Amino acid sequence: MVNIVWLLLMVFGITVAAANGNIEIVTIAALQGANDAVKISLSLIAIITFWLGIMKLAEEAGLVRALAWLVRPLMRFLFPSVPKDHPAMGAIVMNLSANILGLGNAATPMGLIAMRELQKLNRNSDTASDAMCTFLGLNTACITLIPTTIIGIRLLYGSTDPTAIVGPTIMATAFSMFVAIMVDRLLRLIYSGRR
Amino acid sequence: MFEIIAELSRWAIPVILLVVPLVAMMRGVKVYETFVDGAEAGFATAIKTIPYLVAMLVAISIFRASGAMEVLVTALSPVLNYVGLPAEVLPHAVMRPLSGGAALGIASDIIKTHGPDSFLGRLVSTMQGSCDTTFYVLTLYFGSVGIRKYRYSVILGLVADLTTLMASVFIIRMLF
Repeated sequence: MVNIVWLLLMVFGITVAAANGNIEIVTIAALQGANDAVKISLSLIAIITFWLGIMKLAEEAGLVRALAWLVRPLMRFLFPSVPKDHPAMGAIVMNLSANILGLGNAATPMGLIAMRELQKLNRNSDTASDAMCTFLGLNTACITLIPTTIIGIRLLYGSTDPTAIVGPTIMATAFSMFVAIMVDRLLRLIYSGRR
Repeated sequence: MFEIIAELSRWAIPVILLVVPLVAMMRGVKVYETFVDGAEAGFATAIKTIPYLVAMLVAISIFRASGAMEVLVTALSPVLNYVGLPAEVLPHAVMRPLSGGAALGIASDIIKTHGPDSFLGRLVSTMQGSCDTTFYVLTLYFGSVGIRKYRYSVILGLVADLTTLMASVFIIRMLF
């Protein structure tokens, strides 16, 4: 699937650029994209290093385990393949909490830490496990309480009620999180025979 | 209600940074050494994402720059009108899973043109706030641990995005 999406973006993009008589833009855009990607990865070094350090402390202090224990019933339902006291559970909870609170800077490193832990449980190191798919589904469909950036933009353009969209955002994301959990179950069943 | 949540998110990280080392110390953990020990893997993790992000962002960048979006909007708008999605927000809907920055640009533009408190302004604000940059998240998260076969996560992410989009349209129509 990701192969198809990637190919479609490239082929469709280059074809349209050629049809518009604007083919030279392709080379520029390709290099620009590569440049942006490396910049993002490099800027991640700082926050990942920082949060890995804090998470290691939290783990040694037994806090990650305690957090995982608190939400155990829900997490066992969502991630049946992960052992109940595994550090992955704690990292997943931290990531989802950061997402819900709109703390993008903390959410990404927590997510990467959760992926590291899930990878330790993965039997097939180049293929996504069920737990990883569920985690990413939850991550992209996560409930959002405060969409900070867009509230700022609404304020900038003189909105009389910039936070009016908070309620609708919570409702829309809660609904899509629910749907994502259901669809995840369904897809897990369909794909379980296709390993 | 909103103020409480906003306050909570302002305090969350400082409190974590205070509580975690304190509890660790009380449990007899050598805090500084442990922090450094854990942080050591940060560089490798970040660097590992480079090839994955380059692959994805190059494709997205070409797609964005080529004007393919306009072609797609023209082709899809009759279908989307049918399901009640205004054509003005279609570029945003297509861009949102691919590029957070590009989507934010489109959202700002719609808010500027139609006003933040108009139907379109509210709709695009909700869409921006509630969806995630699915492909970026997939690429980054899987890239950091070297996973190449994404199995059903792409479909799941897209279903989630589409659900959020339709829910946003429905809720904004109902409320305003």
